[in-house]
Amino acid sequence: MSSDTRVPSAEPGSEPGTTEVDAYHGLELYRRMLLIRRFEERVYLVYLQGEIPGTLHQYQGQEAVAVGVCDVLRRTDWITSTHRPHGHALAKGVDLRAAMAELYGKATGCCGGKGGSMHLGDPSVGMLPAIAIVGGGNTVVTGLGLAFRLMHTDQVAVCFFGEGASNEGAFHEGLNFAAVQHLPIVFACENNLYGASTPFHLTSLVPDVAARAAAYGVRGEIVDGMDVLAVREAAGRAVADARAGAGPILLELKTYRFAGHSRGDVRGYRSREEEALWKGRDPIVRIRERLALTLAEDVLDATDAGVEAALDDAIEFARQSPLPRAEDALTDAYATVISREPTP
Amino acid sequence: MTPGTPPAKGGRRLNIAEALREAIAEEMRHDEKVFLIGEDVGVPGGFGGAFGVYLGLTEEFGHERIIDTPISEKAIAGAAVGAALMGMRPIPDLQYSDFLFECMDELVNQAAKMRYMSNGRLSVPMVLRCPVGTANRGAQHGQCPESYFVHVPGLKVVCVSDAYHAKGLLKSAVRDDDPVIFFEHKLLYGSKGREQAGGMDLTAYVPEEEYLFPIGRAVVKREGTSVTVVATHMSLYRSLAAAEELARDGIECEVIDPLTLLPLDEETIFASVRKTGRLVIAHEDTLTGGWGGELAARVAEECLFSLEAPIRRVASHDVPLPVAPVMEQTVVPSVARIKAAIQSCCGG
Repeated sequence: MSSDTRVPSAEPGSEPGTTEVDAYHGLELYRRMLLIRRFEERVYLVYLQGEIPGTLHQYQGQEAVAVGVCDVLRRTDWITSTHRPHGHALAKGVDLRAAMAELYGKATGCCGGKGGSMHLGDPSVGMLPAIAIVGGGNTVVTGLGLAFRLMHTDQVAVCFFGEGASNEGAFHEGLNFAAVQHLPIVFACENNLYGASTPFHLTSLVPDVAARAAAYGVRGEIVDGMDVLAVREAAGRAVADARAGAGPILLELKTYRFAGHSRGDVRGYRSREEEALWKGRDPIVRIRERLALTLAEDVLDATDAGVEAALDDAIEFARQSPLPRAEDALTDAYATVISREPTP
Repeated sequence: MTPGTPPAKGGRRLNIAEALREAIAEEMRHDEKVFLIGEDVGVPGGFGGAFGVYLGLTEEFGHERIIDTPISEKAIAGAAVGAALMGMRPIPDLQYSDFLFECMDELVNQAAKMRYMSNGRLSVPMVLRCPVGTANRGAQHGQCPESYFVHVPGLKVVCVSDAYHAKGLLKSAVRDDDPVIFFEHKLLYGSKGREQAGGMDLTAYVPEEEYLFPIGRAVVKREGTSVTVVATHMSLYRSLAAAEELARDGIECEVIDPLTLLPLDEETIFASVRKTGRLVIAHEDTLTGGWGGELAARVAEECLFSLEAPIRRVASHDVPLPVAPVMEQTVVPSVARIKAAIQSCCGG
C-alpha cells in the first residue's frame, strides 16, 4: 500500500505513523468490526427463533475495543475474556463457523458444545475458554504472564474485563501481583458504564478505572473505545511496553453496549437520549466514513456483502452440524479417567 | 511389590516435612516447568513456608522458581491456574487450608473446569499444598476442608499421613495433568507438635532411590478380620492406637489409609468391607457433608449384603473449632471415640 491511501488519524495532533493505518488495513479493521456487529445481530434473530440454547450477552457497540486490541497481538499472544466474549473470540481469530456452531451447541463448536456462548475460546489462536465469572480472568491472566517469563518467551497476555470487575477483589489481587512481578500483561478494561443495570457511578466514587492504576504503581490510560484507530494505537503502545518488560499496563476503553446486558434486558435503567448519543459515535460508522474518503463505495459494499456471505455460511454450517454425542458429556473432566460408572 | 517398600527394619527415616522438601527438589530438578509460588516461601531470612518445608530450596533454585507473593490467595491460585494452562507445573502454597475459601473461584470455577470447557484441549497441572488440622489455633486456622473439594468434579484430592506416601504422592501429583489439592496435617510434619500428636514417632522409612506412589490407591496400614476402619491424617493414627487396644479384646481391626479421597480407591476398601462385614470411618473434617458420608453411601450401594452392622462415622462435631485444648479435644475424633464406635460396630 502506498502512503497516499492512509486513513487520517483519529487524533490529528498525535504522532504520525502510530495512529494511522493504510486503507487496506483500515478496511480489514472495518470488516472485522462489521463481522462482529452482524454476527451479534444475526445470532440474536436465530436465538429468538429457538435455534440457540441458553442466553446471550452481546457485544454491539464495543467492537472497536476487541478489534483494535487484538489487531496488535500475535497469534501466539493470549487473551482472557468474559461472559460477553463473542467479539473477543472473532477478533482474536476463533474460526467463525466453530464459534457459531458452539453457540448452537454442536459437536463442531470450538468447545465441542461444552462451552457455549459464555465460554467461547480456542487455544490454537491464543484464547482461553472465556471466563464468565466477573473478575475471574484478572487473576488467571497473571499465570499466563508468569509462564511466559518462566519460559523466556516474549508473549503477551491481554485480560479483557468490564468496569464492573474493577470492584472485584480479583481486580486488586491480579493487578497488584502482576505489577510487583512486572508481568507482560495488558489489563484492558471495557468501561461500558453499566454492570448489568447498575451505573458505574453508583459503585465507585472514582469515575475512571484508569485512575486506579496509580494505586498499583502501573501506567493507566484512558482511551476512546469507540474509535478503533485510537484503541489500536494505545493498545499497540501498551502491548509493546508489556513485551519489552515494562508491564503491566491498565487501559480503560470508554465504550457503550448498544444492546441489553443479556437477551431479555429492555434497558429501562438508561435513557434513550443517552443511547442515541452513544450510537452517534458508532465505531463502525466512524471508520466507514473515514474509509469512504479514500476507498470507492463499491469496495465497502463488497466488504459488507462478504461479511453477510460468511455469516450465511457459518449459520448454515452450524445448523447442519451434528449434535454432540450425549455420552461425551462424561469425558474431559479429567486428563486421566477416574470417574466411576454413573449409577443407572 | 511397590518400589521402596519399607524394609523390615533399618533404612533412612524422614519426617513428612523433609520428605515433601525432597519430593519438591527432585521434581524441580526433573522438570524445569515446576515452580513454587506462595507467601513466605523464599524470602531471605524467612520461614521457608509456614511450616519450613521449603527451607534451603531457594539456595538451589533461586527466586525465579521460588516465587514470593503478596498476601493474595486469589492471585496465588489464579497465577497457578494460568501458568498451568500454559504448560507449567506450579506448586502453589496456601499456608493454612482455611485460606482456601479466599480463592474458591480460582479453584472451583477455573482450575476444575478449564479442561472440560475447552473440550479436553487444555489441562491444569498444578498441586496446591494445604496444611489442615487442629493444633490449638482455633476456628480459622485449624479446619479440615477436604470434603468441599471432594465435591468438585475436575479436582483430585489427596491426604497424606506419613513421609513415605507423602513423598511418592507429591511427586505423582506434580506429574499429574489434573489439578490436585494436597492436604497435609500440621501435627504430622514432625517439626513440632509431637506432644499434641501423642508423642508419636513422626518419621517413616523413605528410600534414597526415586519412587512414585500412584494417586487413587489406598494402603492397608494394619490387617485385621473383625472390622474395617478407614481414616486419614491424625484420625488414622488414633484409629491405629484404638486398634492396638481393641486387639487385646480380640477385635482385629483392618485399618486403611485412603490417601486419595478423589478418586477414591473403592476396590481396596470394598474388598476389606466384604471380608470384615463392618465399616467405621474416621476423619477430622466435620460430620455433616463430610467425605465419610460419601464413602458410607458407596459401601451401602455396593456392599450392603456383606455388612453385618450399621456403618459408623467418627468425625469432628458440627461446630467451629475452639482453642482451649479441653474443648478442642472434645470436638475432634479421639482414640476413645473411635474405639467406642468400633466396639459399637462389633456388637460391643
